[in-house]
Amino acid sequence: MLPIKSQAPAFDLESAQGASHSFPSGQNTLICFIKEDCPTCKLIVPILEQLHQKQLLILAIGQTKDGNDRLIKEFDLTMPILDDSDLKVSFAYDIDTVPTLVKTLPSGNIEAQLIGFVKEEWQALLDTELADLDDGIAWTTLPDWRPGCGSLSVDPIIADRLRAEAENSPLRARKIEVAPADDEFEFMFDQGFSDGLPLVPPTPERVLRMLAGTSREPQDIVAILPPNLAQTTVEKVAINAVMAGCKPDYLPVVIAALEAACTDEFNAHGVMSTTMGASPVMVVNGPIRDRIGMNSTLGALGQGNRANATIGRAVRLALRNMGGAKPGGTERSTLGNPMKFTMCFAESEERSTWEPLHVERGFAATDSVVTLFGMTSGPVLIVDQTSVASEQLASSMAMSLLSVHHPKSYMGSDTLLVVCPEHLDTLQRDGEMSKKQLRRLIQDSLAQPLKQLAQDEKSGVGIAAETLAKMDATRQNKLVTKFPRDEDIHIVVAGSDAGKFSGAFHGWATGSIGTISVSRKIEE
Amino acid sequence: MSTILDPTDERVPVARQPTPRPMTITGSVALLDISKPRGNILLDQFEARLKERLPGVNFNRYAKPTFTKPAPDDLRQEIRARNDYVIEALAD
Repeated sequence: MLPIKSQAPAFDLESAQGASHSFPSGQNTLICFIKEDCPTCKLIVPILEQLHQKQLLILAIGQTKDGNDRLIKEFDLTMPILDDSDLKVSFAYDIDTVPTLVKTLPSGNIEAQLIGFVKEEWQALLDTELADLDDGIAWTTLPDWRPGCGSLSVDPIIADRLRAEAENSPLRARKIEVAPADDEFEFMFDQGFSDGLPLVPPTPERVLRMLAGTSREPQDIVAILPPNLAQTTVEKVAINAVMAGCKPDYLPVVIAALEAACTDEFNAHGVMSTTMGASPVMVVNGPIRDRIGMNSTLGALGQGNRANATIGRAVRLALRNMGGAKPGGTERSTLGNPMKFTMCFAESEERSTWEPLHVERGFAATDSVVTLFGMTSGPVLIVDQTSVASEQLASSMAMSLLSVHHPKSYMGSDTLLVVCPEHLDTLQRDGEMSKKQLRRLIQDSLAQPLKQLAQDEKSGVGIAAETLAKMDATRQNKLVTKFPRDEDIHIVVAGSDAGKFSGAFHGWATGSIGTISVSRKIEE
Repeated sequence: MSTILDPTDERVPVARQPTPRPMTITGSVALLDISKPRGNILLDQFEARLKERLPGVNFNRYAKPTFTKPAPDDLRQEIRARNDYVIEALAD
């Protein structure tokens, strides 16, 4: 309900009898919100009719068209019943319960409000209104009190639409009317909004519900999305999150991921446009994983979990729709890859013996964090069901990582190694092996003298013969590592307890020349 | 009528894309008269000329009950079900 003494909202409504009624009218007015299927409303309608006949200005506002007609017929009313079937006036008056009687002064200010029916309150109010006139109401036949019913304007299905349409709606995005003869799903495909899969229509109601997932203001700028360099508001992110199928609880993760993507370090422009076909791989850490039901165990990198699937998709849709990263436009991937639909998962921190990714990167364990990696392929499976010693498995994993980009391509990429629980157990069986030790073992295992990487008749990938010829023997025999730095082997734990199958995502151009992984705290 | 919010940066106007125009015409063509005066005469001429040029194509004639209202659903569905193309005589 609105505060006493505040200005009551103005309105123009038509009565069921066909006349127009405006408020304010410069007189004392009794505005009463009613609904035909509410027994308490039916109790007070005859009272309103009596007051109308006593020349009081009564504006009875009915919430359904059919109901208004039935009331007029049932009670043989001469009092007009105003049609508020679109519920905008009920919403503007913040009505929770019908009947609600609002008494306003000639200025239009609210003097009193009565909710439901409390006989004493009604009698007192009408005594003042009618002064010494007999109200003609048989008060003794009426009950002392009756509770009201819920106003239609707070029905959960209707209330979101009313909020979206209200004058103070927080929504600013362009509204697109989809003609009745158009199928809205086909329409969205035709407009180029889709990644190729059906989208949830971003109706104003759904977008408002999505915005409830964040404490940020709808018009806050989240990021400048490349390649169009579009200023992207929380509202626009929410629209794309609705289309992706997100729940409101996921929105803070999507927002943080887009902030991470649109940094100079991550270089979303390059990641999205390269012919190599890179895409953001998102890893979520911290308490939000459980709160929103993310999957970090069985099948974590696959389908079947709504949060994993739709958060990744929402980020991609925002980059597509706001940033303009569309295949054939600025997105020029030769083959593309399925990660361009979505790739987001949670780390299995509870199963890991290592400190989780976000703690390793300087965040508190209690923080929720999303980390983005620009990856070109994966997860490439590391199938090793027979290594039994820790170092044996580490070097076996290294052999699989030799294929990152190409076995003769060195010092150019990073990798995201997703260690499965059974492999983790094997790595730890001969004593604790830290992430740092694992990285070194992999680098040592793959290190080769420069001359071994020369181009030859079997591969044009490698160091050109003329370049090698200019090097002295010491230089030619210098060992080079597969990855530029040990830290370019990113390690997380995920997957089910059964199966000796880890996975590796292969990077793009690593470092300031291309992309650097970025972590962002998720602000809820 | 449903309403959705624009997910893009709003640089491009929202528009329905026209159906791609084919290079050849086969199958059936609907000739729809919206019932404005002389629309039927225009369509008679079209039909005669088109039959000369496209001997293998069927032509089906339709008319809206009145030009003041959208075509009834049944008529739209019938045109869609039985034809590959529509030529509509719009006005007098």
